[in-house]
Amino acid sequence: MKARAAIWIVAALAALAPTVAEAHLVVTGMGPVLDGVTHFGLSPEDYVPVIGLGFYAGLRGPAASRAWLAALPLGWIGGGAVAMAGLALPAVALPAVTAGLYLAIGGLLAANVNLTAAQGAGLAVALGLARGAADLIGVAPGVAHALTLLGMAASVFVVFALAVSITLPMRQLWMIVAARVSGSWLAALGLLFAGWILRFGAAVQ
Amino acid sequence: MTRRQDLAVCLLLALIATLPTDAGAHIVKGEAIGFVSGFEHPISGFDHIIAMVAVGLWGAQLGAPAIWLLPVTFPLVMAFGGFLGLIGVPLPGSEIAIALSGVCLGAAVLTRFRPPLWVAAVLVGTFGLFHGYAHGHELPPGQNALLYSLGFILATGLLHATGITIGLLQRWHWGQYALRGAGVVVFGGGLYFLWGALA
Repeated sequence: MKARAAIWIVAALAALAPTVAEAHLVVTGMGPVLDGVTHFGLSPEDYVPVIGLGFYAGLRGPAASRAWLAALPLGWIGGGAVAMAGLALPAVALPAVTAGLYLAIGGLLAANVNLTAAQGAGLAVALGLARGAADLIGVAPGVAHALTLLGMAASVFVVFALAVSITLPMRQLWMIVAARVSGSWLAALGLLFAGWILRFGAAVQ
Repeated sequence: MTRRQDLAVCLLLALIATLPTDAGAHIVKGEAIGFVSGFEHPISGFDHIIAMVAVGLWGAQLGAPAIWLLPVTFPLVMAFGGFLGLIGVPLPGSEIAIALSGVCLGAAVLTRFRPPLWVAAVLVGTFGLFHGYAHGHELPPGQNALLYSLGFILATGLLHATGITIGLLQRWHWGQYALRGAGVVVFGGGLYFLWGALA
């Protein structure tokens, strides 16, 4: 028990540690795959919805979780590939889609809506396409950037699986409620983000 | 909880630790304090703090399902208020409504008021709308929108969690009196801010 408490305390302290990071211009010096992993780890706009969708998938059961686990990284790779192929969109388009997806995923999780595995896989693909494109838009095609995209997709897979592993075994009501509360926070985040976009337009980051 | 789940939680916390406090997405403009300033905003004014903690206290007094319905309702409606404030929809009297929220929620905790669930949700939601509107209306320009909003929502949720945790005292007889005492503090604070808003 003491060891477990120590793990929790160390993890909580680690979460409090401030970091100074520069997302999107990450060059780790350890190759493009780890650049992609690092990029994902430094981009809350990427991993926050992945965690939210993972929580939701876990609540929907193992069959849905498995389908979405495959769909999300594939969508991410697809979005990144399309972006590298020369996708041109208005500057506000991807942030607006991101805000909408936050609202949708958060709302579905908060309400614990019973989506089918196929519908959820569609949502996962949509999230992957949008965020994969947002990460790679304006980047020239090439093997190195393709490997960076692969690193991102691998990170998406791992983080999604970890998030699913938290909610999948949940049986106690208060734990399920806590997961649903996180959905309401995600939806609220999407709503605020939408407000920022409407106020500041393309200047929103 | 199994060791594997502990490990999963630790890994997620480690990811949270990578939250950049000094990063901008794609176009670095130097607006690098989004998360911190968003987190600070809800806890920067006692009028907001007492109301949000009171929501948790009242939810704990009401028990299930209010204990989770109210903290789910408040952030969502507050975000909608923030949305209205951001896009510039006029909502007059927000400062008075915010002060009134302290008075009403304090009185509810003090008297252990138990209305039907929908009444409690509407009351909390209405106050949340005004709190969010004030925050959205006051948002400083040049912040990282997503990180700012993330900090803002987290701080709000943690204030509710604080209220709910304090509210757990009600399982003891003396704790019930302590909670009603907290209601007096919230009520008094609300009156103070109402005086200021009307003056």
